[in-house]
Amino acid sequence: MLAVTTNHYLVLSFLLFAIGLFGIAARRNMITVLMSIELVLNSVNINLIAFSYQLSDLTGQIFAIFTITVAAGEAAVGLGILIAFFRLRETTELDRNMELEG
Amino acid sequence: MQALVANGPALLFYVFAALALVSALGVVTLRNPMYGALCLLVTFLSVAVLFLLRDAEFVAIVQIFVYGGGIMVLFLFVIMLINLHRLPETRLFGRLAPIAAGVALLLLGLYGWVFTRVHFPAAAAHPAVFTNVDGQALGNPQAVAWSLYTQSLLPFEVASLFLLVAMIGAVVLGRRQ
Repeated sequence: MLAVTTNHYLVLSFLLFAIGLFGIAARRNMITVLMSIELVLNSVNINLIAFSYQLSDLTGQIFAIFTITVAAGEAAVGLGILIAFFRLRETTELDRNMELEG
Repeated sequence: MQALVANGPALLFYVFAALALVSALGVVTLRNPMYGALCLLVTFLSVAVLFLLRDAEFVAIVQIFVYGGGIMVLFLFVIMLINLHRLPETRLFGRLAPIAAGVALLLLGLYGWVFTRVHFPAAAAHPAVFTNVDGQALGNPQAVAWSLYTQSLLPFEVASLFLLVAMIGAVVLGRRQ
């Protein structure tokens, strides 16, 4: 009989985290960057739920709900910034016409 | 058939974990943000199933409502609003892409190195803490609500304040000058 352990969940969560991190740093489209941030937050939630089950402690689930709250607020503000940016520049490309050149 | 039933949770985990990973790759590689958003929806729903497999029923439902409903509608609304089909075709990845891939792979290697060495003891199946309120078995939403409104009341109120601030901020940012 196959068993799913906490390690399985950790592996899945860090794969999702790495994919999200790559998306945040590599993509030029601002909408995709925001969606990658959601991926990273979701991978954190998977970790919280996996350890909540591992330790038989409800606190992980409570914390996951707070993380979802923060993700919702972040998406709303991020998309608001995106709309303002698009009005100003007529583009959603991140490294085009930037005033702060690093 | 019997093997299928006995291994049901494990098979569900593998199917939905693979689905979540493939659609997450779709989010970061597809050019059209509309397809990316739909891939993201598949990831959210698969992760909700994975929450169900870990006895987190209420969080799974919240995941479907808030992520699959609220955040996804917000993304699709913005994508339709700025109508990306009229934008010119440009490069998919920025200059940072090789560094980003390197850092992600490095992190992957580090985590893989750690997690193949760490072993957790077998967890108790269906822990009573997840469903019990004062010794009574009522269900996961009741247990979560009890903990949320007693132990975590202050963070809960702070979260409501945070949502109010985020809402006002989004309205101010989206307003025409």
